[in-house]
Amino acid sequence: MENENFLRKNLPAILWIAVLASIYFVLSSLITPFAAGITLNSKIVVERLQEIGSFLFAILGGLAIIEIYFYQIFFREPLNQTSRIITRAIQIVLGLLTLTVVIYFFDLTDLIKLGDSAFSKFVYMPLDLFTDLQKSLISSKIAAKDSGKIIAGIILSLGILALYAVIQFTSRSKNSRVGLAYLLIMPAFIGTLFLIIYPFLFEIKLAFSNASLGTQATKNAEYGLIYGWDNLKALFTGSVAKDAKFFEVFWRTILWTSINVTFHTLGGMGLAILLNRPLRFKGFYRTLLVIPWAIPTTIAAMALRNEFDSRYGMFNIILGNINTWLTTVSQNTENIVGIGNGFAWLAATIGPVSWKQDPVWAFVSVLLANIWLGIPFMSVIILGGLQSISQEYYEAAEIDGASRWQQFRNITLPLLRPVLTPAIILGVVWTFNKFDIIYLITQGGPQEKTDILVSSMYKAAFQFYRYGFTAMFALVIFAILFVFTLFYLKSSGGLKSATE
Amino acid sequence: MSNNPLSRFFGWFFHRSRGDSPFKTLMIHATLIVACIIAVYPVLRVVTISLRPNDTLLTTDLRIIPENATLDNYKEVLFGDPEKNRQSDFFLWIWNSISVVAVTSVISVILAAISAYAFSRFRFPGREAGLVFLLTTQMIPAGMLLLPLFIMIAKLKMINTSLGLIIAYAVTSVPLTIWTLKGYYDTIPVDLEEAALIDGASRVTVFTKIILPLSTPALAIAFLFSFMGGWSEYLVARVVLQKNEIFTWPLGIFTFAQQFTVSWGQFAAASVLIAIPVMALFLYSSKWLISGLTLGSVKG
Repeated sequence: MENENFLRKNLPAILWIAVLASIYFVLSSLITPFAAGITLNSKIVVERLQEIGSFLFAILGGLAIIEIYFYQIFFREPLNQTSRIITRAIQIVLGLLTLTVVIYFFDLTDLIKLGDSAFSKFVYMPLDLFTDLQKSLISSKIAAKDSGKIIAGIILSLGILALYAVIQFTSRSKNSRVGLAYLLIMPAFIGTLFLIIYPFLFEIKLAFSNASLGTQATKNAEYGLIYGWDNLKALFTGSVAKDAKFFEVFWRTILWTSINVTFHTLGGMGLAILLNRPLRFKGFYRTLLVIPWAIPTTIAAMALRNEFDSRYGMFNIILGNINTWLTTVSQNTENIVGIGNGFAWLAATIGPVSWKQDPVWAFVSVLLANIWLGIPFMSVIILGGLQSISQEYYEAAEIDGASRWQQFRNITLPLLRPVLTPAIILGVVWTFNKFDIIYLITQGGPQEKTDILVSSMYKAAFQFYRYGFTAMFALVIFAILFVFTLFYLKSSGGLKSATE
Repeated sequence: MSNNPLSRFFGWFFHRSRGDSPFKTLMIHATLIVACIIAVYPVLRVVTISLRPNDTLLTTDLRIIPENATLDNYKEVLFGDPEKNRQSDFFLWIWNSISVVAVTSVISVILAAISAYAFSRFRFPGREAGLVFLLTTQMIPAGMLLLPLFIMIAKLKMINTSLGLIIAYAVTSVPLTIWTLKGYYDTIPVDLEEAALIDGASRVTVFTKIILPLSTPALAIAFLFSFMGGWSEYLVARVVLQKNEIFTWPLGIFTFAQQFTVSWGQFAAASVLIAIPVMALFLYSSKWLISGLTLGSVKG
């Protein structure tokens, strides 16, 4: 009876495992004959899984130790005076230990340089103990050479856990209203501290340095206000990457952002209005229209990059065909006054374009690509907004004799605002920062005539290795965006609605 | 209404609403068809090129199914070319991409699921500052922090490892996911939890037994978001990964795309192989994805 229940309960799981296993076997038996031509093999897979597994294990262990620490601060209360002293002492020692690890990390990544002072000895003490432990473990043959680190780590964690146990047994539980909230956000907080705040501080420090390839990044870099001033001066008076000047690129970025967002919004609005009515094949159209959004951007960009080729790309082929057609027509209509000349003029104007060499056309090509990619997103967002507007408004307006334009102007637009404003603002910020299209299609060329601020920054860092300069550049871009964001938040009251 | 099939067809097709005239309906259909062609044709071109035999790669032909269509490009991309003694890295790239992006997404969804709950349900000192901080991180570009992150990853000796890329991707993925999930938790009525709390359940029980099951769709969306975000990322990956063995697929197929004449066909074939599952998943889940967008980012 119990067996049957067990089977029934776990049948879906068993089936899933069976399906996955059979897929695996079918696939592997299909692929095996070709295995010689494939570089991926099971050894690589296993190694990667081990690498990621130990990484996750280390993160989890670290987080657990920190969580328990704060749990005991928030939810445990020492029983008496002696235990209070012991508890606080342990907590202070552990806190200092964490602090030294953090400072060690700063030192390791060159945020600060400890050099050879007494303070650095103090900071390195826990780590030296750890390495000593590791060495003694290996020399006393308790651990093998490659597993010494892991075993030493486990011993260390066990030691900390023992300290926690001491605190746990000499305390009673207490209530905390906000303790749980802090415990819950702790992992994400540590994550952002490590991933965002620390890099940001580091960037500020870099901005005031002369770090470059010549100084081996941060290794021999010097820091000082004068370097910051130099970087700032270089940014506004010199070239931002190699050829282009700051303001030239700045205005191009504004142009890039405004053209893109305008076309995205207008195109999206047009499609959404067309689709927001009972219409045959609506689902079909909608599916086809979101395809530019669905296709991975990298693939779309690389495919379009080839399509802008001057001879074999689709744009020039189409333009060439139009040109041929116009030429024939103009030859046939030569004798008709007016029309003949018109066609001749058209035939002379419309034709294949050198997308890669001409700066203007190169910029048009990246604009075309980005507009094509961005319209579906906007139309989907706007369509969602349109569908939430009740038909009754329109019926009432119709009875009052309002024209279609008046209905759009006075009903659709105001009611669409809550959807449209944030979408446009986010669109502006995203487009301002979006340079993968530019980088993949033109690489900013010719002569950096299609670069925008962010792509120049990327180049300055990873093509010309001007690290200190790039950091200052990044801070300036950040300032521009920050002002824009503040302006937006003030005007829309978005902050209030977000934090309420 | 007469009953002859033609007028029935017209009646069905023109499907009147809000007094649109048949001519107007026809124009709408025409506009939409043109828009669809513009949307789809460049994608179909990729398929076309992938089907071309190698000797006619460079033509000025605009047809969708090329002459002498062949699957040779696919075969070479997937399994290499034994005659030229060339091995295929395709599966390696896909594996590299999956292992990086899946781990990033799992980490950020777990972190976010927990902390978003605190942001949504608790009032504690520092909450507003935290939310403003999350909002600001959405406004600043990932490229901004790329340089310090790159140096940090280099100092940790994680260049050319998947771990380095996981760290770099988590920067954008974690705040976005927290923001999305917080928006979703806000829509779950508090009454449910309060009832359970009165019945003596602990906060942890409430979270695991009520909130998490209720937000499974949102968790799936958040996972998908973060997965899609990293899946076709090129610029960050290019900086962190510099060896072919560790390339993710965008870097991989870019090596094809660079050699215009040589491997355009292979590039196209690889693109089609990668894009089809992604697009199918996207179109299938687009309804939920859009609801996720309005929940999270656009709510602003």
